[in-house]
Amino acid sequence: MTAVSASVRPGRLKEFWRYFSENHGAVAGLVLFVALVFVALAAPLFAPFDPDQQFRDALLVPPLTHGAEGIFLLGTDALGRDILSRLIFGSRFSLFIGVVVVSVSLIGGVIIGMFAGFFRGWVDTVIMRIMDIILAFPSLLLALTLVAILGPGLTNAMIAIAIVAQPHYVRLTRAAVMSERNRDYVTAARVSGAGPLWLMFVTILPNCMAPLIVQAALSFSGAILDAAALGFLGMGAQPPTPEWGTMLAEAREFITRAWWVVTFPGLAILITVLAINLMGDGLRDALDPKLKRS
Amino acid sequence: MNAQVPPTVVLEAQHLARHYSLKRGMFGEPATVRALSEASFKLTAGKTLAVVGESGCGKSTLARLVTMIEPPTAGDLIVDGKPVHLDQTPSHELRRTVQIVFQDPYGSLNPRQKVGTILEEPLRLNTSLSASERQAKARAMMEKVGLRPEHYDRYPHMFSGGQRQRIAIARALMLNPKILVLDEPVSALDVSIQAQVLNLLMDLQQEFGLAYLFISHDLSVVRHIADEVMVMYLGRPVEFGTIDEIFNTPRHPYTRALLSATPTTEPEKRRERIRLTGELPSPLRPPKGCAFHPRCPFAYEPCDVDQPKLLQAPGGNAKVACFAVQGELL
Repeated sequence: MTAVSASVRPGRLKEFWRYFSENHGAVAGLVLFVALVFVALAAPLFAPFDPDQQFRDALLVPPLTHGAEGIFLLGTDALGRDILSRLIFGSRFSLFIGVVVVSVSLIGGVIIGMFAGFFRGWVDTVIMRIMDIILAFPSLLLALTLVAILGPGLTNAMIAIAIVAQPHYVRLTRAAVMSERNRDYVTAARVSGAGPLWLMFVTILPNCMAPLIVQAALSFSGAILDAAALGFLGMGAQPPTPEWGTMLAEAREFITRAWWVVTFPGLAILITVLAINLMGDGLRDALDPKLKRS
Repeated sequence: MNAQVPPTVVLEAQHLARHYSLKRGMFGEPATVRALSEASFKLTAGKTLAVVGESGCGKSTLARLVTMIEPPTAGDLIVDGKPVHLDQTPSHELRRTVQIVFQDPYGSLNPRQKVGTILEEPLRLNTSLSASERQAKARAMMEKVGLRPEHYDRYPHMFSGGQRQRIAIARALMLNPKILVLDEPVSALDVSIQAQVLNLLMDLQQEFGLAYLFISHDLSVVRHIADEVMVMYLGRPVEFGTIDEIFNTPRHPYTRALLSATPTTEPEKRRERIRLTGELPSPLRPPKGCAFHPRCPFAYEPCDVDQPKLLQAPGGNAKVACFAVQGELL
């Protein structure tokens, strides 16, 4: 949440919190998200077992089974690994994917969109047509193709998802820059001798952050979902990584025999994405001046 | 400025023009908007030239040309003895000689920068002063424009319009410019604040020997602050003279109409109200000949044929672009 507090005008932080806290769903999402971050950071403390440790006497045991080593709260998978421990360690991967994808696509998108919106003309036309082409593909299909080219793996999956997510940032930045760049304060900075780079990144960019923060929060969940989908299709994280989508893929064949192996990773994805989306909606309501009541 | 010192010309504009071409659809001929033509004037240190006229008469375009935000389409601009080239971006040296204060104090300050940062930005960009030297200069300037030291760490949204305009003036003065372009600096302010800001501007002019290009549509403000006045109509100067000449003996019919529209509180000073008929013509299709002739009560034969030149009018020092005045019919 530090990114949000730094870019909101100080003194308005309180006002921001007032609008944000009015939305109970957003606060619930925030609480869940903070809890998730905490669990991910302190995973070894929470997880009862090592995520890769196999208990050969307890293959596919249902939840709440007492084994020789302890209780398997959410049961075990086909290889006898504790599902709860794998989910807890898996949250690290999901958050890591979210952070990396959002940072890469945000930074790249802001720079490209800034150039398009600031210089206009042919630079703008070329950039926006390329972005239109990327947007014209179904995003998962494009990500799948990219991973197929780059080779399966978590890193490549993240790169592919970042490329697919980037055009949204480019468009948002471009639109915000175009409305800001003719304002008087930009002209004043130009008259006092600021060059284009200074104008773009010191003068204009801080005034374009609100929609970008909202987009970053919302695409965080999209990135987790896409990474899970790629993992499920076998193109993302590779076994034995306890990534949620990969866990689902491994559990697919047991769906009729052992409901817990598919249900819990699915629920984990659902709850995380829901929490982040709720939080993102609250952020948008609080940061969008058009939705503010005075 | 002392009376003994000969006035120093800090900016000279000759036949300055700015045309914009507009694309009109895929098949339409591109149209040309002549936003400004034939503007010639000099700015002198310590003096104020006011530019007055209706909205859309090219005042703000003139401001953008003089501050080198946009290049002129034609004409010469000589700033501080150095000519400004049309196709080159002006050098830092040249740029810092001319600064601008905008009309809207709510839009002209970066909402994400503190007052201190706003004031120090010109120094950061143009000088190699250390952070503490910059802060000292910014604080000194804040005191000069009447801001309190504790305002240094505040954001623009915490200030009233008048205070914001003081911040904008302080920022413009940070680089010790010789020319300050004031683009309607008080028209967005409360009447009670206008006088304070105008007095501040006049004090600063005396202290730094600044040349002001004061753009306004408010004639009572102009009368208060200006030394010379240029009246513009549809992108062209129609009358140019000292403040006394313009206000006491206006010659051009448009200037007369403009002055008669200014409200006064003294009944004996009230002039007969000259009502102009018609609307300001579109700058896309200006009338042939004198742009003012369709609305002019004194228009006669040459007016819709030729463009009158800005010439010294008979029986006065002011320059007037009007056939009727030049032919001594008025």
